[in-house]
Amino acid sequence: MNTYKFVRSVQLRESACQGCINCIKYCPTQAIRVHNGKAHIIDKFCIDCGRCIHYCPHHAKVPAYDPLSVINHFKYTVALPAPSLYAQYNNLSSVDIVLNALLKLGFDDVYEVSAAAELVSEASREYIRDHMDEAPFISSACPSVIRLIRVKFPALISRLLPIKAPVEVAAEIARARAMKKTGLKPEDIGIIFISPCPSKVSYAKAPLGIEKSNIDNVVAIKDVYPLLLPHMKHDDSQLDPISSSGRIGIGWSNAGGEAGGLLVENYLAADGIVNILRVLEDLEDEKIHGLAFIELTACSGGCVGGTLTVENAYIAAAKTKRLSKYQPVAKNHLADNPEVENMYWADNVEYEPVFRLGNTFRESLQMMSTVEELTARFPGLDCGSCGAPTCQTLAEDIVRGDAAPNDCIYVLRSNIADLSHKIEHLTDGKSAGEPLTEDEDRLLHRYIHELTTELASFGVPGKSGKKGV
Amino acid sequence: MSGGLTFRYTIDGDDFTRAGEASSSVKNKLKMLGLSADVTRRVAIAMYEGEINMVIHADGGVITVAVSDSEITMVLADTGPGIPDVEKAMREGYSTAREEVRSLGFGAGMGLPNMKRYTDEMQIDTVVGKGTTITMKVRL
Repeated sequence: MNTYKFVRSVQLRESACQGCINCIKYCPTQAIRVHNGKAHIIDKFCIDCGRCIHYCPHHAKVPAYDPLSVINHFKYTVALPAPSLYAQYNNLSSVDIVLNALLKLGFDDVYEVSAAAELVSEASREYIRDHMDEAPFISSACPSVIRLIRVKFPALISRLLPIKAPVEVAAEIARARAMKKTGLKPEDIGIIFISPCPSKVSYAKAPLGIEKSNIDNVVAIKDVYPLLLPHMKHDDSQLDPISSSGRIGIGWSNAGGEAGGLLVENYLAADGIVNILRVLEDLEDEKIHGLAFIELTACSGGCVGGTLTVENAYIAAAKTKRLSKYQPVAKNHLADNPEVENMYWADNVEYEPVFRLGNTFRESLQMMSTVEELTARFPGLDCGSCGAPTCQTLAEDIVRGDAAPNDCIYVLRSNIADLSHKIEHLTDGKSAGEPLTEDEDRLLHRYIHELTTELASFGVPGKSGKKGV
Repeated sequence: MSGGLTFRYTIDGDDFTRAGEASSSVKNKLKMLGLSADVTRRVAIAMYEGEINMVIHADGGVITVAVSDSEITMVLADTGPGIPDVEKAMREGYSTAREEVRSLGFGAGMGLPNMKRYTDEMQIDTVVGKGTTITMKVRL
């Protein structure tokens, strides 16, 4: 599992990247730099939140996910639709319309993630009731939230609800049922999640809290959405009644949905990466009291706001509410699902101190001293021209050996101004045409050479080839 | 204190929207130094309480945080009204915060007791009418 510790699904399309500074500014963990005119993501800092995908004006940040053709890799496939899939469609009167269309599209069976979500809600209610003295608990369904806490909030790791995410529980149940039904070996069965977000792609490869995920492939809602349209029959008489989710399960797709399923009043639900960072800071400082549960989702609006969806998150949320309006509260109960052996995490999530400067405290202390000195030298404009999001980050990059002071355009400018002054001083007092002494001439050449070197060291984004040429 | 590091913060008075910025900054620095979650948390909480007190009672002040090999020392100095009865002020729930401050959720009378609880050493030097200097240490 350690080999894949920092798997991420956000990818850079280098040809599209213009080397602008939008992504470095929006990244909540300062995981992106622009060097040599192209953005690059620092794996260990990235929490896979997808914010750069949303904000890149050139669409150079793209999510990685599997093509739908993966269904041909298996003898038998089960689709796991996320409830956010339903919210992509207009005037949907029943979830069965979507589920039947998935079968027509080529899947052998479907199992709703929202059904498993109701089991997770039930397990969460029990867990919180039994551990009330350790509350508040933080939801662990959003992989980016776990990753954020793992690298930035070590004191809060113990507050993560140690319960498998709905999609994992769904995958477990779906595989067990398919094996029973078909007699096939587990590897012949493809469990394919239709996902609103790419962080589940990374999760399936490198899950946190469990050793190995039961999800074989993750495909995008935005890919599946148009393909289902021709198969969608709105005539009730032609539909197999497959759906078995209630309001709680379908509600998980929206911000506040998971918390709603706990049937407690003393909860907080925050969505959007910037907002959840503020909540985590306050929770770490013990400024939040009297809560049983804290729901956090990295995307604004909840899972319906994921980067693999088509519909506006807030419109999608409204549609989900309408769709589940006449459903019972929940249709799934742990007692009826013997396939789920264990709802809890098997592994502990461990703190990854990726932002630590040095290898030891002493080394870090020394490096931080240098960071402070360097930061004081920089103009404090956080202009991003150096490729780092702030002056402070540039200083950190320099002490880590990943950047140089001259990457700061203002430091460079002042170095050039110094050299220019020296040249001016050297030629001061000389009248036009008067020859320089040998010493003066040598010095002048040296200054001009230094000037050229200074200027060459500063790459212009998107224009120059390499720095230092 | 060879190889140590000092951070200095000026705290504005009566600006609740900014209260907590200094302690948050220190917390991030301590994480970058690789200090344990426990030490980081204790320093952050103690300093936040002190920072809020400065905003509520003393119209701001100056906080210096020194990090050495063995300990973190926070010195919170203000030129506020001073604390007339330190013993009483240390009592949990005792508060002299104004009503509008309390309505914002502050002034529960837990500030000083929390500062003492989360640090290994705390010293209060106060002169009524002149100001207060609180020195807190958390050992590494």
